Amino acid sequence: MNDFSGFSRRLRALVYKEFLQLIRDNSSLLLGIALPLVLILLIGYGISLDVKNVPTAVVLEDPSPTAQDSVSFLTGSDYFNPRYVTSMKEAEILMEQRKADVILRIPPDFTEKLEHGEAKIQAILYGVETTTSMTVQGYLETGLASWLEARQGSTHGAVIVTRMWFNDANTSSWFFVPGLIMLIMTIVGVFLTAVVMAREWERGTFESLFVTPVQAAELILAKMIPYFCVAMAGMLLCLVAGHYLYGVPLRGSIILILAVSMLFLIVALGIGLVISALTKNQFNACQLALLVTFMPSVMISGFLFDMHSQPIVIQAVGQLFPTTYYLILLKSLFLSGNNFPLIIKNSLILVVYAVLFLGLAFHITRKRVEE
Amino acid sequence: MNFESLRAFFIHLRFICEKELLATFKDKTARQLLLAPVLLQGLLFGYGATYNLDQVPFAVLDMSHTKESTSLIAHIDGTTAFSRVKTLYSTNEIAGAMDSEDVMVVIVIPSDFESKLAHNEQAPVQLITDGCNTMTAGLVASYIGRITAAWNAENIGTPPIELITRTWFNPNQTTRWAFLPGLIGMISFTQVIMLAGLSIAKEKEQGTFDQLLVAPFSQLEILVGKALPPMLIGMFQSTVLFLLALFWFEIPFSGSVLLLYLTLFIFVLSSTGIGLTISAISNSMQQVLVYVFVLLLPLSLLSGIATPIHNMPEALQIFTYADPLRFATDALRRIYLEGAGLKNIYHDFIPMLCVAAITLPFAGWLFRNKTT
Amino acid sequence: MNAQTDYIVKTENLTKVFPQKDGTSVTALAPLNIEVKKGVLSALIGPDGSGKTTLMRLMAGLMLPTEGRLTVLGKNVAEEPQAVQNELSYMPQKFGLYEDLSVEENMNLYADLHGIPQDIRPERFERLLNMTGLSPFTKRLAGKLSGGMKQKLGLACTLVRSPSLLLLDEPTVGVDPLSRRELWEILKSLVASDPISIFVNTSYMDEAEMCADVFVMNRGRVLMEGTPADIRALAKNLCFSVEPPETVPTRVLQSLLLDDSEHIIDAVPDGGRVHFITRGAEQSPVLDNFSLTAEAVPERLEDGFMLLMHKDLKENPDLSAPAVQSRDDKILKEQKRITSDAGLPVDIEVKNLVRKFGDFTAVANTSFSVHQGEIFGLLGPNGAGKTTTFRMLCGLLPATSGYLNVAGVDLSVSRTKAREKLGYVAQKFSLYGNLSVLENLRFFGGAYGLSGETLKKRINEVIDEFSLHGRENDAAESLPGGYKQRLSMAAALMHKPKILFLDEPTSGIDPLARRQFWRQITDLSAHGTTIIITTHFMEEAEYCDRIMIQDQGRLFAIGSPEGIRDELGLKHAPMNEVFITIVENGRKEEHK
Repeated sequence: MNDFSGFSRRLRALVYKEFLQLIRDNSSLLLGIALPLVLILLIGYGISLDVKNVPTAVVLEDPSPTAQDSVSFLTGSDYFNPRYVTSMKEAEILMEQRKADVILRIPPDFTEKLEHGEAKIQAILYGVETTTSMTVQGYLETGLASWLEARQGSTHGAVIVTRMWFNDANTSSWFFVPGLIMLIMTIVGVFLTAVVMAREWERGTFESLFVTPVQAAELILAKMIPYFCVAMAGMLLCLVAGHYLYGVPLRGSIILILAVSMLFLIVALGIGLVISALTKNQFNACQLALLVTFMPSVMISGFLFDMHSQPIVIQAVGQLFPTTYYLILLKSLFLSGNNFPLIIKNSLILVVYAVLFLGLAFHITRKRVEE
Repeated sequence: MNFESLRAFFIHLRFICEKELLATFKDKTARQLLLAPVLLQGLLFGYGATYNLDQVPFAVLDMSHTKESTSLIAHIDGTTAFSRVKTLYSTNEIAGAMDSEDVMVVIVIPSDFESKLAHNEQAPVQLITDGCNTMTAGLVASYIGRITAAWNAENIGTPPIELITRTWFNPNQTTRWAFLPGLIGMISFTQVIMLAGLSIAKEKEQGTFDQLLVAPFSQLEILVGKALPPMLIGMFQSTVLFLLALFWFEIPFSGSVLLLYLTLFIFVLSSTGIGLTISAISNSMQQVLVYVFVLLLPLSLLSGIATPIHNMPEALQIFTYADPLRFATDALRRIYLEGAGLKNIYHDFIPMLCVAAITLPFAGWLFRNKTT
Repeated sequence: MNAQTDYIVKTENLTKVFPQKDGTSVTALAPLNIEVKKGVLSALIGPDGSGKTTLMRLMAGLMLPTEGRLTVLGKNVAEEPQAVQNELSYMPQKFGLYEDLSVEENMNLYADLHGIPQDIRPERFERLLNMTGLSPFTKRLAGKLSGGMKQKLGLACTLVRSPSLLLLDEPTVGVDPLSRRELWEILKSLVASDPISIFVNTSYMDEAEMCADVFVMNRGRVLMEGTPADIRALAKNLCFSVEPPETVPTRVLQSLLLDDSEHIIDAVPDGGRVHFITRGAEQSPVLDNFSLTAEAVPERLEDGFMLLMHKDLKENPDLSAPAVQSRDDKILKEQKRITSDAGLPVDIEVKNLVRKFGDFTAVANTSFSVHQGEIFGLLGPNGAGKTTTFRMLCGLLPATSGYLNVAGVDLSVSRTKAREKLGYVAQKFSLYGNLSVLENLRFFGGAYGLSGETLKKRINEVIDEFSLHGRENDAAESLPGGYKQRLSMAAALMHKPKILFLDEPTSGIDPLARRQFWRQITDLSAHGTTIIITTHFMEEAEYCDRIMIQDQGRLFAIGSPEGIRDELGLKHAPMNEVFITIVENGRKEEHK
């Protein structure tokens, strides 16, 4: 009797079984393939953090050509969608009806004061949407400055010349795609694995399997392999869509991207297996998976919000989640290239997590039915 | 006779609701799961969800070494938005600094800075930002621009135009102010859909649904009985978040509490309708969980809570009309921060009520006719 | 035979204790010392919760013993579980079939796991599929099979290889008599042809009768081990049989005898007569009242088993068991046999009932009626259409065509109204598990329009009636099996329904609890409640006034047990035999 041939034969049989189930139960594929597709399309074409076409109410109280010229930058720009009104009251009503996010008021004495270099322009921003209001303020300043520059030939004083280090296109889909890949990997790896494994416990299918020559390790590996494939398929889908539809650059090596993704996937699968072995119940497995992985990966891994801006405590909590390190790796590999010190450091952390969770999964998954 | 049947209706309703609430709250873990995550997420999101700059790590490469350059850097150092973590000495170091994760911005002052200023020329200051994080990068650029403008005004003389900015409803442009009122809706949304979704699937899986169908309850009684408890729980969770926003994060409430609750009521009504529909078409709890998940993510992304709706393409914006969270977010924010009245937000109610009017009767019909 | 090879399992002071959440602990197995013989069929019988499944799981290495030593196939299971598992096959109570895999795929999975070479598979699979009658369904998904077929597929998966020891945990629960017989044929031929030992946990006495060796367990202890003849012999000279007078229903006489615990240990209807065990020579006054004389009959395995149980109960009184109630048997004594010409009102009327699922006809053109106070039994093999019929009668499923009148209400017109008059006990326990006994009763009372004082009063009544005292505030799911059964009944009877629907209420319940259950049903019917019941225990048909036997959606026979027996010329034959004859005859005719 050859131990290894038995191992590989049983593993093959179990993996085949998992694949059959995967194909017949559409819910796994719905989560693994359909959801990533919907999300990548939504993120690419739909939602965007870029502030554009901001509805702007312009109150020109000074009818002079200079005053009109001073706000001409609004008209040609992608950023603003100006609407000229005659009184402040009218503008305020527009803001109240949510038809304007900005009110720009050119006072009656604008041209006159401009001669003396004392001109003032009033901007009222809609603070309920802070992202818009913060960005718009910058746009307005830049717009006015360049108008001044064009008018006077040149200005003097310090000016800021900004250069984006990696993301020259400055679009948020570039920023979102790595985050989305992280999200898909977490959902499939942790959530789906935890639920399908818990289902076997709940339905008692394990009891029959346990009393065969099957080893616990084979059961675990057989669960990991198919979901590994589903998650990698989801990830490649996002990768291809991100690269070809939205032109997200792949500045780092594609091999490295795949490698760190596989590494993270092992961590995620490990967490999923640990959760299912602890709960052995679909509902609780789902709640726990939601609580420990999904929420943190959206909120504090740096997917939506920059970690540097968060309080130390929250940052510290964020540092506990492997998703944070994977996101750093992905962003860096996508947008900046092979930065080896960073890759090695974060990969090592992920390796530690992988060993930890897989070890724990192997340790607590026993061929026993005791509650 | 009519009065009698009405009385019977309310007696039935009372017993169904009593049973539903008991079944939900009996379990200690379930009780904890209904309160703890709400508080936890409220705090986590409250602190975590911010676009406000705070201690952004930056590095400086000052090649000018003059009084002027030092003064400009001191201006930047002086704000709490930035915190200097490195001082560079040559351009070769820039790449290394940007690649390391702990520097987000590098400010480079060229050697001719002072001489250009002296000749009344434009003196460029280079700002290198981390493009991996476009949102922060944009905010950093605009903030440093403002600091520079202030420095110019102090040292070189006021520019001919001054932009006086005032932000309504949120004077300091705090992200949290905008985020938390939206969160009041979003967190209860997740829970309400989940609870309503599982309510029938759970009875089906445990075999108690037949027992319920055999009892002389009418379709309406089962529907209302199943809908009320998740609604109550959703309202309760929203209240927890509302209190958290008001007293813990101290975000001033400018609207009417009554209107806030009216909005919440209509919102949880429509969410419950979606949840019950999911429940009625699913056969197992696992199916419910998958459907909820697949719906919840896009609905949250489309709600405008993190990204503005008017940035979306027209076609997608039409789609958001089916998303009650979109209108709840809008109404809640406006009531909370603006103190908007009914006349300002009543239009937000219409799509939510439409969703409820379609999903609830549909779910009720499904209970009786699809559960064999 | 030498000492080393005559047993296959040996336990030495084997103990299993489950610690509970509240700090207490439950002893599932008291120190147990048994030896299971090699090469034969052995049975394990005993009531619910007696530790049978725990013992099986310990043998399969799925649990660790708290104390003691367990040797299976010459190896200590606790130390070498894998080595033992490599040599034995185990079929758990609910075999974990993968419902989204086909019959063949399920079998292949287990063949692969056991390392059955490809070349011997076709021959072996064919044999198994023929034995289990699954040959026509190899491509069907396991989830689409009926309950009995699933169980047989589970057995086929367990038998893909020939193990040294086969452990079967209640393999025939929910399986109809026909399939049960086939399954046991397989087991018997296996023991005859292969060097295999089989250890079966069962609640059917006729199955234990087929085994070479029987272990009787109760509350974690083995009360007796011996051949079926040994156990039977305990009741030697104590068993009698009596035929009830023409007008008295069998169950009434049986109940009256059962109530006379001073003279009678156990009584059960059997082949139109009442079979009972006496305590001694003195005759029961019940028989005198009817001026009947009993004749001595040969004892059966069940009699020996019941004697053991009663003895054990007497020696170790079970505090959780309900006290025997004194009943007012006046009404009972007056109850007469129900005949169709008795002029009793009709409670259920079914005419030309049809139910189709797509192309498949689940119930074909069925007509019958049930009178007030009647006990009406629906019998049939797995997939015969009785569950479908049952669900239509309760208003859970609309009929495709036909007329259906329940409690005077046409179901096609108003289902809600009919529902007020009926009570329903589902097949598996289906009250709200985390609600307490009181809360469940309150809810179901409220559902039927009771409230305030009326509700409180009625709750107290049913708590008395079903001996639920002391458990009022316990969560329903934490109750022992017998309590759950009584709570389900109590909940269904809160509103004193005219008609009570019972869907396999006794499946998986031990004989003791079943006696109690039927005693209560007899009472209810005497008080005028109409009862519709489905069951897999054919002997329970003897309690019914009339039965209906269905197969593949068709009605094969309807009438009183005696009537049906007479028609077939099988007077006093056990119901099991009658049933099998009817279904086989019916199928033959269908074939022509």
